[in-house]
Amino acid sequence: MSMSAGTATPVGAPRRGWVLPVAMLALGLLIGLSGIVGQIALYWDDIVYLSQEHVVLVASSGGAAILVGVPVGILLSRPSMQRVAETVMQIFNIGTTIPTLAVLALSMTLLGIGFAPAFFGLFVASLLPIVRNTYAGLLAVPGHYKEAAHGMGMTPVQILTRVELPNALYVIFSGIRTALAINVGTTPLAFLIGGGGLGALIFTGIDLMDTGMLLAGAIPTAALAVLVDFLMGQAQLRLIPRGVNPLR
Amino acid sequence: MIRLEELTKVFETPSGPVVAADKVSMEVPTGEICVLLGPSGCGKTTVLKMVNRLVSPTSGKIFIDGKDTSTLNDVELRRSIGYVIQQIGLFPNMTIEENICVVPRLLGWEKAKARARAAELLDLVGLDAKLYLNRYPKELSGGQQQRVGVIRALAADPPVMLMDEPFGAIDPINREVIQDEFLKMQSEIKKTIMFVSHDIDEAVKMGDKVAIFRAGKIEQYDSPDKVLAHPANAFIADFVGADRTLKRLRLVTVEAVSDPAWPAVSRHASIRDALMAMRERKADVAIMLDADQRPTGYLSEEMAEGASGVARDVARPLPATVPARADLRAVVSEMFAHDVMWLTCVDDNGRFAGVVTQAVVTAVLGETYRRQGMAAQ
Repeated sequence: MSMSAGTATPVGAPRRGWVLPVAMLALGLLIGLSGIVGQIALYWDDIVYLSQEHVVLVASSGGAAILVGVPVGILLSRPSMQRVAETVMQIFNIGTTIPTLAVLALSMTLLGIGFAPAFFGLFVASLLPIVRNTYAGLLAVPGHYKEAAHGMGMTPVQILTRVELPNALYVIFSGIRTALAINVGTTPLAFLIGGGGLGALIFTGIDLMDTGMLLAGAIPTAALAVLVDFLMGQAQLRLIPRGVNPLR
Repeated sequence: MIRLEELTKVFETPSGPVVAADKVSMEVPTGEICVLLGPSGCGKTTVLKMVNRLVSPTSGKIFIDGKDTSTLNDVELRRSIGYVIQQIGLFPNMTIEENICVVPRLLGWEKAKARARAAELLDLVGLDAKLYLNRYPKELSGGQQQRVGVIRALAADPPVMLMDEPFGAIDPINREVIQDEFLKMQSEIKKTIMFVSHDIDEAVKMGDKVAIFRAGKIEQYDSPDKVLAHPANAFIADFVGADRTLKRLRLVTVEAVSDPAWPAVSRHASIRDALMAMRERKADVAIMLDADQRPTGYLSEEMAEGASGVARDVARPLPATVPARADLRAVVSEMFAHDVMWLTCVDDNGRFAGVVTQAVVTAVLGETYRRQGMAAQ
């Protein structure tokens, strides 16, 4: 439906202004008329409960990944770690190639089922992009900033906090954004190892061929992913100083 | 004052030790600029960086204002020395104000005091504080950034400054302007400055003294004129260039050699008077001035001979004038351009300030050799 509305636009007319609302409206009408809204509404209590579980999983594993990943990235970027750092990053890079579902499965073999293996699997999956971007972002800060800071009498900690981190912040934030996108996208799989979350509705819906149930899980998951990305985008826009922020 | 005593740096490399500085001893008097000059890899930057201990000396001592710097801790030492690098190194995450205030804030100044200082320094280099304090480095042109880089080093008013090819990354036209600005600033602030350069022209222009390095050793440490007129050895003669005598032209201003008592007459003076003035001074031309003492033309002996009336009737327009503050290179250039042997020079208000002749220029350049010749006899 949305396509026909789009193709009817005269060439050269401003499209973006109204196509999207109209398409949304058409989609909404379609869904409303097919009675799916009613079916989804049946699962409202489940949606609320499972969304909470889902958000707790995302926030705890993502938060832990940030709290661990950034300091590890900083540590690896220190000149004294130069020799070890490349090896560690190689291992991390290999780790990134393992599919997240496999990470969760491996986590289950270690920690059994429930919240703990789900948390751990998601934590590991989100850790890699954060460490990698923090490390790469700090190494990419041009040497002459560090030299100037050093020559002006900043201590190593001052150089890190006042010069290196602010200048690497955009890259670090991009890593966190990627990590959280992976995290939110992988969290529904946590259901498979007993971690709970909106995956319960999705997978059960698939198994029962119940479209309403499936959508009751899929739509909030999608909305959450969009919301998290939006919030990260806003944070990236507003928290990074103007002088080093390509978005401003 | 900066004094280096037998300063040595040996870098241990996989292919064996490399001596970057070999028992360097020198002294930079208070308020002077000393340029460390030499080809790349000669150790000049290593010597500079040992002063603020970005490179730690293998042996030897550094004294600043008589104090052995090895008794100070690294961070305090660096905060007391202004440091400017070629890449400028303004922190892009900080505003211009924050950049200038880095060292003052490290030293614990109050924010308001540091801000006032930043505004004062921006004014010093002709940047409007209201406009620039809150801007980020990327919003400034290269020349403006370099000015900010220099004043940032001056922020806490350090007695000593280290400058590592500070104007190397700027286009030639802006470089001249910034060099002139800096020299003007230096004539007021009188910092003791060590300045690394690989450009002989810059060294001659900026330095009160020039130290020429080769393979970690000082080959010659002298005033620019001495280095150019009396290079100590073939390496230096080669390094400063075959046109070194022409480079010396830049070291002398017109003021220093022009003759202010050169015959000058008013437009209404009689030609006879003009002729007498010329003969009295054994000069072959007289300059004609208007009521405001501005030179407007000249009369030569031939033109005046046998003519009658007043100067205005026979005078010819001047080929060119040069400002009294210009250097002799500009004078010689003008002389060649107009095919003349003399030029009138004028002060800042355009008034007559004397005449400079080719003979005088030659004599000035040759003087140092004659002196040496006399000393040799």
